[in-house]
Formats: sequence, structure tokens, C-alpha cells
Amino acid sequence: MATPTMDKVAADDAAAASHLITVTFRIRRFNPEVSAEATWEDFQLEIDPKERVLDGLHKIKWELDGSLTFRRSCAHGICGSDAMRINGKNRLACKTLIKDINPAKPITVEPIKGLTVLKDLVVDMEPFFQAYRDVMPFLVTTGNEPTRERLQSAEDRERFDDTTKCILCAACTSSCPVFWNDGQYFGPAAIVNAHRFIFDSRDEAGEQRLEILNDKDGVWRCRTTFNCTDACPRGIEVTKAIQEVKRALITRRY
Amino acid sequence: MSDTTLEKSGVGPVEGASLYDADNPAPVIEAPRKRTAKTPRSTRGNFEMAAWLFMRLSGVVLVVLVITHLLIQLVLDGGVSKIGFAFVAGRWASPFWQVWDLLMLWLAMLHGANGLRTVINDYAERPNTRLWLKGLLYTATVFTILLGTLVIFTFDPNIR
Repeated sequence: MATPTMDKVAADDAAAASHLITVTFRIRRFNPEVSAEATWEDFQLEIDPKERVLDGLHKIKWELDGSLTFRRSCAHGICGSDAMRINGKNRLACKTLIKDINPAKPITVEPIKGLTVLKDLVVDMEPFFQAYRDVMPFLVTTGNEPTRERLQSAEDRERFDDTTKCILCAACTSSCPVFWNDGQYFGPAAIVNAHRFIFDSRDEAGEQRLEILNDKDGVWRCRTTFNCTDACPRGIEVTKAIQEVKRALITRRY
Repeated sequence: MSDTTLEKSGVGPVEGASLYDADNPAPVIEAPRKRTAKTPRSTRGNFEMAAWLFMRLSGVVLVVLVITHLLIQLVLDGGVSKIGFAFVAGRWASPFWQVWDLLMLWLAMLHGANGLRTVINDYAERPNTRLWLKGLLYTATVFTILLGTLVIFTFDPNIR
């Protein structure tokens, strides 16, 4: 009785093992407690190509080098903590399958650019969230609070549907060449979240937000390079949203 | 254990002890011009919007002005070999071409200067570098515009 069962398990193991491929992860390491220099470090691991880059990072952290530092929380593309530069492109490690990014070559993993690297893949997100706070990303209304919910037509909801999808992962802002050189620029993510309220029929501070984005470091610094649209893991048309804010600035006033 | 054997064999560690540890970490590389709660200070006014609009509008007008200019100067009627003092004098005898050239001068100079201004804003990190580069840019722009305008209005075809 026991023998056939074990045979079956062994056969299953062999079948499972044949799925695995050897992948090299080339990770940008920085540890200020050891050295002032950031260096590339290669890790080789056996992994199923249908697994994600985040699974590879977990394997490295749990089995090869526990000092590897990165952010992740939900691991399913909702919390937006594991945006990183994978093979030179900003992506979420938890939404990138290894088979989709050519595992035959080393997979490079770097922290996102334009923000201060604190350790390995962890960056200081404070300037990013400061820009987010500066556009007042909350509902502003006047008058008495209604006793029931604030109603809105389906068309009015549709107007800003795209920009409600933002998860604040910073993939767009840290892919923006203007932001790389000048962190005073609001960056795509802050403008997307302003767009979400500017075009919300229930909100009453649209004019105030437009005034904020009309400033020297606001929407007019956008060079429409479309890096943000390419980088967005949620498929938000970021550049389009920025252009809509520009258009609103011109057409709502003149 | 391995360290002592290394020392005994006369081969020391290749590098000395690290300069940094947990209590004395290396400095991180700060991103340029980080946004903080205090910066940037908000400014009133629509200058950036006006500049952005001007770039679009002047660009469209300049396409017409410059392509026609190039055709007349370099392609039509014998090409570049016909250009001389007499040719320029003949064209500037007409107020139409005076206004044409004046418009082209002003629009092209302001368009180019504004483009360079945004490049400086994007790429110069230190405030002093920005100040000097922009100062140089504005000086050159104003000088060229004034000189060009002066020549168009005071042009004398009978000059000796």
C-alpha cells in the first residue's frame, strides 16, 4: 500500500522538477551599513517560469540571502508597494511573470529611479507622497452633509473612472524624466489623483486643485514622453489624464 | 580561524575593514531638488500656461512663415545664388515682407528662448547654475531681437 503511493509522489516530484528553469537574478544591492557603493549581485535559482519576479525575490530572501531588502505587502498588485525597475522598466514585481521577461538572460532588478535609495530596493517615498498630499486628494464639499449618499449619474462616474484605479505605486512618477532631474515637479501620480477629484461631479474644490497644478512645477512641466502611461501597472492612461487637466485649465477659464 | 591562516601565509585581506557599520552608515545619495512640505512655494499667475500656449500657437504660425521664407530664399526663382544686397533690399521695400520678417524674428526668438528656458529648468539642478544660464539666455535673446528689429525698421537701400 505504501510503496505505490511513494512512487506516485516521486513521479510527481520529477514531473514538477521538469517545469523548473534556472534563472539569474541580477539585483542592485546597496547597504549603507556596509558600503557607500551600490553593486550588482547575481543570484541563480531554480524557478517555475509561470511564477512571478516577486516569488523569485522571496526565494532569494528566504533561501539564499536573508539580507535582501524590498517592500511588498499584498503581493497581488493592489497595495502598490513593490514597484521596481525590472529589466530597465518600471513594473510591479508581483504582476510580472518570469516567462514574460526573457528568463534566458539575467533579470535585472533595481530600485525605482528619482527617489533616494535607502537600502537595496527600498526607496524614500516621502517626496512622492508629499506631492500627493499637495493636490488635496480628498472630497471637498460645502453645505450640510446629506443624510444619504451623494448621488452621481453613471456618465459622471465614468468621466474619472480611469484615474480611480491608481494604487500609488510610484511606477509612473519614477519613470518620468522631468521628475528624475527635478523633484519639485508634482509628477504623474499626483496629477492623476488630482484628476480623479477635478472631474468628479460631487467635488467642489476642482478650481482650487487646478490652481495648484497651474503653478510653476505643475502640469505645464509635462513633456508628454508617455513614460508614465507605459509604466502604469494598472493601465491608466496617465499622459491623457495630464493633458485633460491642461485642457481644463485653458477651457474652464477662457 | 581562516583569518589567522591568511595572516600566517602572509596574505592579508585585500581590503581593510569597512568604513561603515550600523551606527555609522554611509551617506545615501539624495535625489536632486527633493519635494518637501515647504518647497516649492506656490506662486500666483498664469505665466507657465501662457508660455505653454505660446509654444503651440507660435509653432503653428512659424511652420507657415519659415517654410515660405525658405522656399522664397532658397528654392524658387534661381535658388540661393540670387540672394544679394539688391534682392534683400527689393524685398524689404515692401511693408508686407518687413512685417513678415519682423514676425518671424520675434516668434522664432521667443519660441527658441522659451524652449531653452524649459531645458534649463529641467536639467540645471543648482539654483545658481539656473540663474546664470537663464541670464545669459535672456541677454542673448533681447539683444538679437532688438538688433534685428532695428535693422528691419532702419534699413537703408542706398547705404554706401
